[in-house]
Amino acid sequence: MQTEEMRLDGNAAAGALRELFATDVTAAIATCMGCGTVGPVGTLLEYGHAMGVILRCPSCDTAVLRIVRTPGWLRVDASGISRLMIPDSA
Amino acid sequence: MARAAVPGRLNWRVATVIEARNETRRARTLVLDVPEWPGHRAGQHVDVRLVSEDGYQAQRSYSIASPPEDASIALTVERIDNAEVSPYLCDVLRVGDGLEVRGPIGGYFVWDVAQGGPLLLIAGGSGIVPLMAMLRHHARSNEQARAQVPVRLLYSARGVDDLIYRKELEELAQLPAVEVAFTLTRDAPAEWHGYRRRIDRAMVEEVSWPAAHMPRAFVCGPTPLVESVATLLVELGHDPSRVRTERFGPTS
Amino acid sequence: MPDIPFIARGFHSHRTAAPAGRLPPGQYETRDFPVLSAGPTPRTSLATWDFSIRDAAGHSVKWSWDELLQLPHDTPTVDIHCVTKWSKFDTKWEGVSVDTLLDGARAGGVTGGEFVLAFSDGGYTTNLPIADVTGGKAWVAFGYDGAPLPPEHGGPARLLVPHLYFWKSAKWVRGLQLMARDQPGFWEQLGYHDRGDPWREQRYQGD
Repeated sequence: MQTEEMRLDGNAAAGALRELFATDVTAAIATCMGCGTVGPVGTLLEYGHAMGVILRCPSCDTAVLRIVRTPGWLRVDASGISRLMIPDSA
Repeated sequence: MARAAVPGRLNWRVATVIEARNETRRARTLVLDVPEWPGHRAGQHVDVRLVSEDGYQAQRSYSIASPPEDASIALTVERIDNAEVSPYLCDVLRVGDGLEVRGPIGGYFVWDVAQGGPLLLIAGGSGIVPLMAMLRHHARSNEQARAQVPVRLLYSARGVDDLIYRKELEELAQLPAVEVAFTLTRDAPAEWHGYRRRIDRAMVEEVSWPAAHMPRAFVCGPTPLVESVATLLVELGHDPSRVRTERFGPTS
Repeated sequence: MPDIPFIARGFHSHRTAAPAGRLPPGQYETRDFPVLSAGPTPRTSLATWDFSIRDAAGHSVKWSWDELLQLPHDTPTVDIHCVTKWSKFDTKWEGVSVDTLLDGARAGGVTGGEFVLAFSDGGYTTNLPIADVTGGKAWVAFGYDGAPLPPEHGGPARLLVPHLYFWKSAKWVRGLQLMARDQPGFWEQLGYHDRGDPWREQRYQGD
């Protein structure tokens, strides 16, 4: 079984992302810092399994967003996102 | 009745199991009464958390099978042998028990009848669950809205006994504007009239509308199926932004 | 205000205890070999593959695939422990001891390195104290269970450091960067421990 069969997508990270943002961001549009690809967070490919959330660009595999829960902290590396547009109904 | 997403903290709530029924030998539906449930959109899921007396915790996500029109929520769980959570939900949990849930979660893989169509739904295995919420929501919409949104479902399973909601799907297929096609990949009974193979380009082409009709497509199930079907749809000319996918991981 | 968990009636972990002394704290035994990856499986042809050991001054020594296979091999049988709490006993590997590779590197003019950063195809990195990859504790492994190491488990070759949590055993490894000061790798930057000793439960920074 290749790792690609096991990968998920941004939908699987939706619960963890909901802890970070006050609203759902799977429909938010992210720009990849690595290649400039623009697309919904729901289309990012999710690796990381039980170690953490690693969301990668489907075009260039750059780690766009990384989240690890350690005791007392939710550690976030968003250095792979150059821009994020979150739908706002306010 | 569609409700807006409610921003703010998503809390764990203890739901009560008010109904439980077996769908197939491996799939079971649990109907939950969730206190202060804010409502959901078809396609969303909940997180379920199990905590044992010695503090051991396990958490999984399950798609909501019921439409937004229902007050309670239904989850259909596929039992995976030797797994941690699904055997508990299928074999141990019973009506009257409490179950911790958090949700609704998700804003990308969702559909409301107001978004229009045509609606193309392609499911593999337990990937049928969120698409069933969409189909049920479509069926509960007013006649005029329904007539404007034709729906086609292609559902792939191993054998006829693995088709979840089969009877309900056959009934829904009697409605105008709804068409359902099944394909079995392992065993098909002698009198089977549906497809008998893995989803391929020819099947997708036969089932879906031409790209020029600009359908909204939702594909859900095991990762390899989802990725291959999404690729096929794009090869057939469908706009990638109108093809939404939800991967459930390896084929169980 | 903390969440007070609701106890699920009749739910308990079905993970059974293993022989005392063999299982580090917080772990359970598995007979499977779960695949965990931080990214897609890289595909590097053996014709272009190489393994290098480099120092901060820029000296490096490289082995091609054929050269690696010509070095003396070991066949260690070891228990492995994943930070996600599974442990697998008696796993059988084949590979070249990192001691052998470091000896070759020193002979080639590579110096220093109280710490190493293992680096892999696909960009994965992990840091370790050099004492944890020397003295017979680590290998560059290309065989598992009597067959070539499959890609999903890190083939063609991975680092094998069984006395530490298995995220330190970098899949698809391509070399070691020797460093004077410790620098966190992929998971360590996100809060996992710089050393990762399962017997001291060093899962996260500060443990």
